Amino acid sequence: MQELTLPALVENLPRVLEFVDGNLEGLGLSPADRMQMDVAVEEIFVNIASYAYNPEEGPATVRFETTKSPATVIIRFMDRGVPYDPLAKPDPDLDQPLQKRRRGGLGIYVVKQYMDGIEYEYRDGQNILTLKKTL
Amino acid sequence: MNVTKSLENKKLTVVVEGRLDTLTAPDLEEELVPALEGVEALVFDLSKLAYISSAGLRVLVGAAQTMDDHSGSMSIVNANEDVRNIFDITGLADVLGVE
Repeated sequence: MQELTLPALVENLPRVLEFVDGNLEGLGLSPADRMQMDVAVEEIFVNIASYAYNPEEGPATVRFETTKSPATVIIRFMDRGVPYDPLAKPDPDLDQPLQKRRRGGLGIYVVKQYMDGIEYEYRDGQNILTLKKTL
Repeated sequence: MNVTKSLENKKLTVVVEGRLDTLTAPDLEEELVPALEGVEALVFDLSKLAYISSAGLRVLVGAAQTMDDHSGSMSIVNANEDVRNIFDITGLADVLGVE
């Protein structure tokens, strides 16, 4: 298990991706899977950086684990900001015509499509969001 | 991210290179807003785009809406398979004119 704790600020996104990509190295991910992991990590971290402590600042922890059978990457995000379950939001309506499309709101939906599992819990004052991708 | 724009007969071609993510999407938006005035056809060439997240999608949807407001057209060409995939799963391939 590897762990990174850093201020939950959008400008720290490259550090988070570097941490995750460094741990993914050597696991034999296809370029497609690698991009999907990066996108999911970006969406979740940016969500935390934007909303968890706003307008204050606070820390976020990213924990990287793998399991062997089935081979799975597990990435857990933890913060002590306001309780917020991103999974509670309804999925966007993908059939809307262009002018009725909201410009945002696709991030969590994309994460749901790209990951094989996504879980949220609020425990001991922490938001804990877990992403799982089967390799 | 690098952005290269070329304008020819009211057709603006925008080549976006590198990563279009939360950190770079605002820069693309800033480049686009003044550039779209008077443009009738907007083409995004994504042949050199390696990565896109929802922040990038947001800017592209905004550009498509702006073009639509002015009865212009927009298309996206040469997206690689991984980039193309995010347009497909978000149902944006058609509304953004992904070819």
